This record gives sequence, structure tokens and C-alpha cells, in this order.
Amino acid sequence: MGWAPRLKDAALAALVAFALALPLAGFQTADTGQGFTTRFDWVAIAAGAAFAGKLLLGLVPRRFHLRQRAARRTALPENQAMPIAGAALVAFAVLLPVLPFSSRALVDLATVALIYVMLGWGLNIVVGLAGLLNLGYAAFYAVGAYSFALAAHWYGLTFWEMLPLAGLLAAVSGILLGLPVLRLRGDYLAIVTLGFGEIVRIVLNNWSPVTGGPNGVNDVPRPTFFGMPIAARAPEGVTTFNDFFHLAYNPMQRVMFLYYVCLAAALVINWFSLRIRRLPVGRAWEALREDEIACRALGLNPTTIKLSAFAISAMIGGFAGVFFAARAGFVSPESFNFQESATILAIVVLGGMGSQLGIVLAGVVLATLPEFGRDLAQFRMLFFGAAMVAIMIWRPRGFFSTRAPSVRLDPP
Amino acid sequence: MSKEALLAVEDLSMRFGGVTAVDEVSFTAYARDITAIIGPNGAGKTTVFNCLTGFYRPSAGSLVLAQDGKQFRLETLQGYRIARDAGVARTFQNVRLFAGMTVLENLIVAQHAELTRASRYNFGGLFGLRSHRAAERAAIERAREWLDLIGLTARANEAAGNLPYGAQRKLEIVRAMCTGPRLLCVDEPAAGLNPHESAELARFLVAIRDRFGIGILLIEHDMSVVMGISDHVVVLNYGQKIADGAASEIRRDPTVIAAYLGEEEA
Repeated sequence: MGWAPRLKDAALAALVAFALALPLAGFQTADTGQGFTTRFDWVAIAAGAAFAGKLLLGLVPRRFHLRQRAARRTALPENQAMPIAGAALVAFAVLLPVLPFSSRALVDLATVALIYVMLGWGLNIVVGLAGLLNLGYAAFYAVGAYSFALAAHWYGLTFWEMLPLAGLLAAVSGILLGLPVLRLRGDYLAIVTLGFGEIVRIVLNNWSPVTGGPNGVNDVPRPTFFGMPIAARAPEGVTTFNDFFHLAYNPMQRVMFLYYVCLAAALVINWFSLRIRRLPVGRAWEALREDEIACRALGLNPTTIKLSAFAISAMIGGFAGVFFAARAGFVSPESFNFQESATILAIVVLGGMGSQLGIVLAGVVLATLPEFGRDLAQFRMLFFGAAMVAIMIWRPRGFFSTRAPSVRLDPP
Repeated sequence: MSKEALLAVEDLSMRFGGVTAVDEVSFTAYARDITAIIGPNGAGKTTVFNCLTGFYRPSAGSLVLAQDGKQFRLETLQGYRIARDAGVARTFQNVRLFAGMTVLENLIVAQHAELTRASRYNFGGLFGLRSHRAAERAAIERAREWLDLIGLTARANEAAGNLPYGAQRKLEIVRAMCTGPRLLCVDEPAAGLNPHESAELARFLVAIRDRFGIGILLIEHDMSVVMGISDHVVVLNYGQKIADGAASEIRRDPTVIAAYLGEEEA
């Protein structure tokens, strides 16, 4: 390639950077008054950087080009090393709160990551296994969180009482969504599920007498240790965990306790997901994803298969919702908007559809990236987007995308 | 020789708006027989299959399947129950395997009903119920026998979509057989196969008929296959039955020749 086309390419890149940077970085609203200040020097830097970058990229020999390398490195196969990697991850997760660099904020962030991993596993059942695109998964998350928060607020039910009940309620809501969309596939299904997600959020937002409207529910109780709250002081007649074990109260204990409960739940959900893939219903989900008509011709009832996928996926979302409410101590409709559904879907896609370990990686990455980007202040979302684009170039089919067979025929 | 009627089709009609795809067709398929349905393109052969296997609900007529003294009115059953309860399995003109799943998994999914029962509707299986594990081993063993028969045992753990076309066709037939059917409906199994593969497929169909004593309903354009293995041929043209009889009679039937070659000048 000669110099002229290279310069033209670079100029084009600079133009795009200029067009993007002008509204994004060129203007800043002033802290006082109604005016804004301009930062055209930033725009110039962005355009200049794009120009120079593109020009330098043109000098890189073709065989090192990112796109060509990406074609060869699409995704890692899920192989024998996976169980070892999984065990190492579990060991790390168990030890995390006692590691020297650990802090209260880190354990709290790890709890958030675990909740996202659970959500990813839950959505994976319906999207990755059954092949039914669901864009409203946050609705089930909301059903779980709100049923716990509201039951605690109105009826004084505890975390442990509501954990199974909220899962059950979310499963019922999954069936309620599943029934009308049995005949829909692909884009049409995606639109209806998107609508369902919004309906749930709007109902929560507007049914103020019950849900508290946009203000949400504030007094969500924390999980107790066999009925003993982890707190500095307890109400009359209740022994705290700290009194019982003669431990000095430390707020870290509460965070750690929730983290471990979350980790245990995640491990149970993981066991359940791995197991159900090898059961008739799990294979039927995958068969349904591959070919619904062939399923029917083989005597599989598509209705029950779809509803079971919706119900189980929603149930896991409901459990995650309970943990979310217990962690924040507060729920509001804003936490369950479309952005949330999109993030969970991104975890499933980024992890590589159907891969348990891939979802763990993607869940941790997506939950922690915005935190690491905090120093970038207003450019946090830009950083987040750039990171996602980079991951998709690097691993277009997700972190792990080779499917492990649910059953093998060993040589006799 | 008295034969046991397996499927009785009576006055079957299927209309799509103003188009009558199948017009009052009646025929009987017998157990342990290979019944071929032939006819020019658009004669309504696949429509008959789709009515039979619950993909279409017939506009009129009845489809009665006799199985172990029980009778199933196929036109009233839901699609999946025709396969599960009445024991009618089918293959498709354009192969419909679970391409992303392995060869073995395709055959295990076909045994879904049995495995579901053995796993106590999955709940028992979740906790490793013994009867489920035994049923799964039996299912894998059955799959292995079938794979041995079609020479695909070595590729059991590969994705079904990666098999060559001829092997996919055979696998689809075997998958249908894994549901334990009384009547196997195969839609153009020899389409896209070379003469050698077609002959092999024909022998394969005869072999499974002989071994399992099932009835086979066959749609096929390849006359060497049809004439070679059919006990009984039904000829459709423009949705109507124009002939019905043994292969040797059909070959000489003037109306059939006319339908295939065009009307002869008198």
C-alpha cells in the first residue's frame, strides 16, 4: 500500500474521531449558570490521536493484523482442564475474604459479581440452552427482589423464608410470560420479552401504595445466621451472632456472611445447571434450540419444554433478586431497567453461549469493569464500551464457546 | 394371506384456502409392509405425511392407526403425541437433525419419553436416581447398536451437522427408530444420494422392517428404490389417488404412465 491511501485512511479515521469527540468531549456543562464551556483542544487531541494511530497501524505488517489473528483464535475449546480451572476458581472464591489484599469493598464487589454470575447462569438456560432470546430477564430479577422486599416490609418475612418463596414466585412469573409466547421465535419473542420486562418495571414504578413507587422499599432485612442477626446490637429478646460467638462486631462480618451465602447459592445453582443439562429435560432444551419441528416429530412436547426452561431460568433470576435486595437493603424500579437485562444478556453472549465457566468470567468482567473505570469519571461508559468491543474482536464467539456433549459414547 | 392393517387413511382431504392439496385419498398401510407413496412433484405426497404426523390438521377424513389392539385417531391427536403415544415416527425431506448436538445425543433425545419416565420426570434424575442411571445406560446401549448398524459408532461424539450428507440421512432414520415406532414415515430418503448409496439405503430400510416388524411409509422419487423394495404402491396426482397396488402392477398401469410421462395421443 502506498502513502496516499494510508494518509486517506488516517484522515478518514480522524474525521470519525472528530465527529464522535465533538459532542462527547467538546462541550462541558458549566457547574454554575446555564452555560457550557468548550474543550476543543480535547477534540483536536482525539482526532490527532486517531490520525496517528491509524497511520501507525498501517505500518504494521499485514500478518499481525488483529482481524486475521482473531479468525484463528475464536474461542477456547472446553476441555479436560475445565474442571481444574473451575476448582481453582471455587478455591479462590472461598479464600477471597481472608486474602491479605481483601477489603470490605472488594468482598462487596465480589458479591455483586456473584449475583451477576447467577443471573448469567439463569439466563443461559433460556438463551444458551433452549435458544429462546429473552430481552426482559431483569423482570424476573425484579420479581425476586421485590417479593422479598415487599414480603419483609408488609408481612415481616425473613430472608430465609423468602428465598424459596421468591424463587417460586419468579418461576410462576416465568410461566406467565412463557404461556403467551409459546408460538413466537427469534425477533418476535425478543420484542415480547422486552415488553414484559418494561411492564414489570412500570408496574413497580406506578403501584405506589404497595411498592412505594419510584422510592422503592427501604427496610429490606439482612440475612440472619440461623435466626441470629449479625449486628452490633439486637432488639429485645434476640441474641446476635456476635454475642453468641463472643465476637466483637465488625461491619466486614456482615458483608462476608452475605458473600458466603451468595457463593453457596451460586455453587448450588452451578451444580443444578450442570446436572440438568444431562437430564432428559436439559437435552430437550438443546434439541428445541436446534430444531423445534424435529422435536415434535420425536414425541417431545414443545410446550412443556419451553415452559420448564422459562420457569427454571426465572427461578434462578428470582434467587439472584433476593440476594440483590439483601445486599443493597433497598430496592427500587430503577435497578431493573432494560440496561440490566442487556448487561445480563451480554454476560451470556460474552461468556460463550452455554458455557458455565465462560459466564463466570464474563460476569466478573462486566460487574467489575465499571468499578475499575471509576477513575475515568465521565468516560466510564466509553471505557466500558471500548472494553466490550475489544473483547468481541479478540474472542468473537465469547470466552468459551465449544459445547461439551452431555453424554459420551466410550469405546467398548 | 391376511395382512394386519396398521394405518387406515379414509377420504383424507387437505385444503389450503382454495387449493385442494389432497383430495379424498384413501389407502391402507399394513404392518410389516413397505408402502410407497409416489407421484409427480406437487401431487400432495408430503401433505399426506404432514397430516399423518400432526403438522397439518386435515380438512376432512380420518386417519386411524391400529397398535396392539388400540386405535389412535391421528387427526385428533396433538403432533407430539402422534409420535409418543401412537408410535408414528418420521424423517424429513430436508434432513432435520439436531446439528449442533452429537450423533449420540440425537439418538438419546429420541428416547426422551422413556428417560423422562425413568428419571421420575427429571426430579429423580437430578439426585442420581438408580432407575434413571440404568435407563440412561440402556438408552446409550440401544444407540450404540443402531450406530453399529449404520457404521457411525466411531463418530458418535461428533456434532451431527459435521457428518456427510448420506450419513445424516441414515442417522435421521435411525433417530426416528429410536422412538420405538410402529410406523416409520420416510420422506424422500434417497434424495441427494448417488445410485450406490440409494441401493444401500433401500437395503437398510428392508433390514429394519424385517428386524423390527414395523410398517414403513415411503415417499420417494427414485423409482429403482420404490420398485425394488415396496410391497405396495399408492400413486397420487394433483392430490387424487390414481392407482394403488403391487409395484409390478403399478409399473404397467396406463394412468400412472400417463401421469408421469404426460397424456399419450390416442
